[in-house]
Amino acid sequence: MKYTIQIVGVGGQGVLMASMVLGTAAMNAGYNVAMSEVHGMAQRGGSVLSTVRFGDNVISPLEATGSADLIMGFEPAETVRNLPLGNRDSSVLMNLDPVLPSMVAAGFESYPDIDALVASVKKVNANLVTIDATKLAMEAGKAVAANAVMIGAVAAMKDFPLKKEDLLEALKSKVPEKFLDLNVRAFELGFKTVKN
Amino acid sequence: MFKTGQWIPGIIMSELLQKDGKHLLLGNEAIVRGLLEAGTGFASTYPGTPSSEIGNILEGISADAGMYFEFSTNEKVAMETSAAAASSGLRSFVFMKHVGLNVAADPMMTLAYSGVTGGMLILSADDPSAHSSQNEQDNRYYSLLGLLPMVEPSTPAEAKDMVLEAYAISEETTLPVIYRTTTRVNHARGVVEFGDRTEPKSKGHFNKDVVRFVNIPAHARINRKRLLELYAKAKELSEESPLNFVDGSGDVGIITSGVSYTYVKEFVKGASILKLGFTNPLPEKKIADFVRGKKQIIVVEELEPFLEDQVLRICAQNSINVPVYGKRSGHLPYAWEFNPNTLEGISDLVDVARFRESMPASQVKLPSRPPTLCAGCPHRGMYAATKKAVGGRDVIYCSDIGCYTLGVAPPFQAADFIICMGGGAGAAGGFAQATDQQPIAFMGDSTFFHAGIPPMVNALFNNHKIVMVILDNRTTAMTGHQPNPGTGREFGGIKTEPLDIEKLVRGVGVKFVKTVNPYDVPGATKVMKEALEFDGVAVVISKCPCPLELKKHKMLETKRCEVDQDKCIQCHICLKTIACPALVKRDDRVEVDPTQCIGCGMCGSVCPRGAIEVRR
Repeated sequence: MKYTIQIVGVGGQGVLMASMVLGTAAMNAGYNVAMSEVHGMAQRGGSVLSTVRFGDNVISPLEATGSADLIMGFEPAETVRNLPLGNRDSSVLMNLDPVLPSMVAAGFESYPDIDALVASVKKVNANLVTIDATKLAMEAGKAVAANAVMIGAVAAMKDFPLKKEDLLEALKSKVPEKFLDLNVRAFELGFKTVKN
Repeated sequence: MFKTGQWIPGIIMSELLQKDGKHLLLGNEAIVRGLLEAGTGFASTYPGTPSSEIGNILEGISADAGMYFEFSTNEKVAMETSAAAASSGLRSFVFMKHVGLNVAADPMMTLAYSGVTGGMLILSADDPSAHSSQNEQDNRYYSLLGLLPMVEPSTPAEAKDMVLEAYAISEETTLPVIYRTTTRVNHARGVVEFGDRTEPKSKGHFNKDVVRFVNIPAHARINRKRLLELYAKAKELSEESPLNFVDGSGDVGIITSGVSYTYVKEFVKGASILKLGFTNPLPEKKIADFVRGKKQIIVVEELEPFLEDQVLRICAQNSINVPVYGKRSGHLPYAWEFNPNTLEGISDLVDVARFRESMPASQVKLPSRPPTLCAGCPHRGMYAATKKAVGGRDVIYCSDIGCYTLGVAPPFQAADFIICMGGGAGAAGGFAQATDQQPIAFMGDSTFFHAGIPPMVNALFNNHKIVMVILDNRTTAMTGHQPNPGTGREFGGIKTEPLDIEKLVRGVGVKFVKTVNPYDVPGATKVMKEALEFDGVAVVISKCPCPLELKKHKMLETKRCEVDQDKCIQCHICLKTIACPALVKRDDRVEVDPTQCIGCGMCGSVCPRGAIEVRR
């Protein structure tokens, strides 16, 4: 068994934190783990990509284009931008709450309709799961917990090889004490939303 | 400042101090653990991605680990302080990004002649694909140039273990060892098993040896021969080293090192792999033995054909007639980092895994999302002021290395020439002499201390009329907020006073020196106009702390800007001149995104109607 998750989003959304939680859960489940992260300049509001790979004989920190088992999209436009990382059989989880790029905010470029973005994924992939992660995080208490919502959502996805309990344990071990309850609530909301 | 136990993305620093266990570590974190296990007593750096996290972690834990650590003013000084420590019998570690080693090459080349008495590692973090760099130079050639042993880990687990192996090589040969990584090792994450920590030796003694440590010409000639002998010894070590090993069998041989090994190992079947971890001097006998009898050899390495050319030479010297494929044969690229797909280039030579066909790129037009200056970034104000003051003048914006390179993007477009740290100010002097255009040099506070003072002095000395803008945001921001001489030091039990940039600039004799608040754009514009009119070297210091740094220390006041829609005439001057990500245009209305706004008031300072107010 080998499994690759490509986590895509925008600097500041907690992509690194989510990849750390997924990687830790995989390690605790006894898998080999190889990951690759983006640090530095790209984090200044730019697109970010984190690769989490686990399974037997996994050693490469990068995955071939097209070979992702799961694209975990923290932001709709970034999910669509990174579709070529996966194939028609890949699972795709997509947060529907956009983060406007600065050139869009300033009115120099426009942001596509969310419906058009969803349709463009559906056209090439039958496994799309969408979620309002940011709204659910606010429901749980704070928008910053959107990454915990996303991890909970992944736990509920069909054929995802890591167990819910392992993910929740890993999450708890990585978040600061004072945000523990918030993150657990957000995780459960994400899980419940996708499960139903 | 970081404290032990504080969370930085991915790790609780104190985890690295734990006794044992398996941990999911970033390559850079694994290297730090390696230092703790090796008993490194002295470490120094100038921050540079992809090596930056090492410094941030050492800032937090070095004192607890019994290690001395410093952010030096630049890589050259870092090399010199660590050289002195290793010449006093300590295990020292100097680390930097690839281009930093250019700065530190001068001391390194002669340090090789003297060698060290304790172990010394020189970490060069190369950046194929230039993820956060101005070039993708291959620093492996420094090991040939300096005749220094070199090791290259492939994974975080190896990165930890190789720290210990590299110290052993350094102590055996009495030479500093180049520890070369690339971004996909520094920023890869993998499972690392902790070994025992060694109590560091933090004080040594420098035993004088005038021939060895004083490289006057008569001694340098002697030391040159000594270095060649030590290099020969290093070659013997490389032949026997377990870091160079054969994996798998088959009549196709692949020679590889670094992260490329992980791609070959996982995605190529049926080949025999010679994995090189000790990559200078190469184990020539081992390579000759490996190559002999193979049907063909493929060399898989990123950037230049460093291994490949040496393999070709080794084949020629040993009269081995086996085809060697790689870059020279056109199968593998020189430019940019490798990934599993790169192996498709050798799929006609060896069995490479078949990769899935990608989903096609979407036809929906997506907005661009380049990295950008943050909301409330003071550099925005200084760029806006400069552009306004410049007006129709024919200027050349000489920029430098730091967050402010992002000023190249619209609406500022305030970067016409960027080469290296401090290079903007040096070039400004040249442009002032060589053209009739007016050069303006931007540089950050940390960059000023790193390499900005000599070009400033040069401009005074040679009478170049330049304007130097020092963007003093009170931190080394781009690399993750490290302290610099302008902030003073307050970690590891050492506290120093900040150096005053304005006093320093006045002290060397600059006549026009003014400090401005970049959030007051009209005020800064007025000063920039004066600077542009000044006949001589003019220095403007834009002094305002980085909001991210303030946020980190919970020192950012809670304020928000608000647009009074009754007063707003929708001229959009705020958007066009500041373009702060917290300003959002909805139809023709300008609104403030409260989740991003820090209430700096910069946008309000350019509003012609005073329609933007700061609320507490």
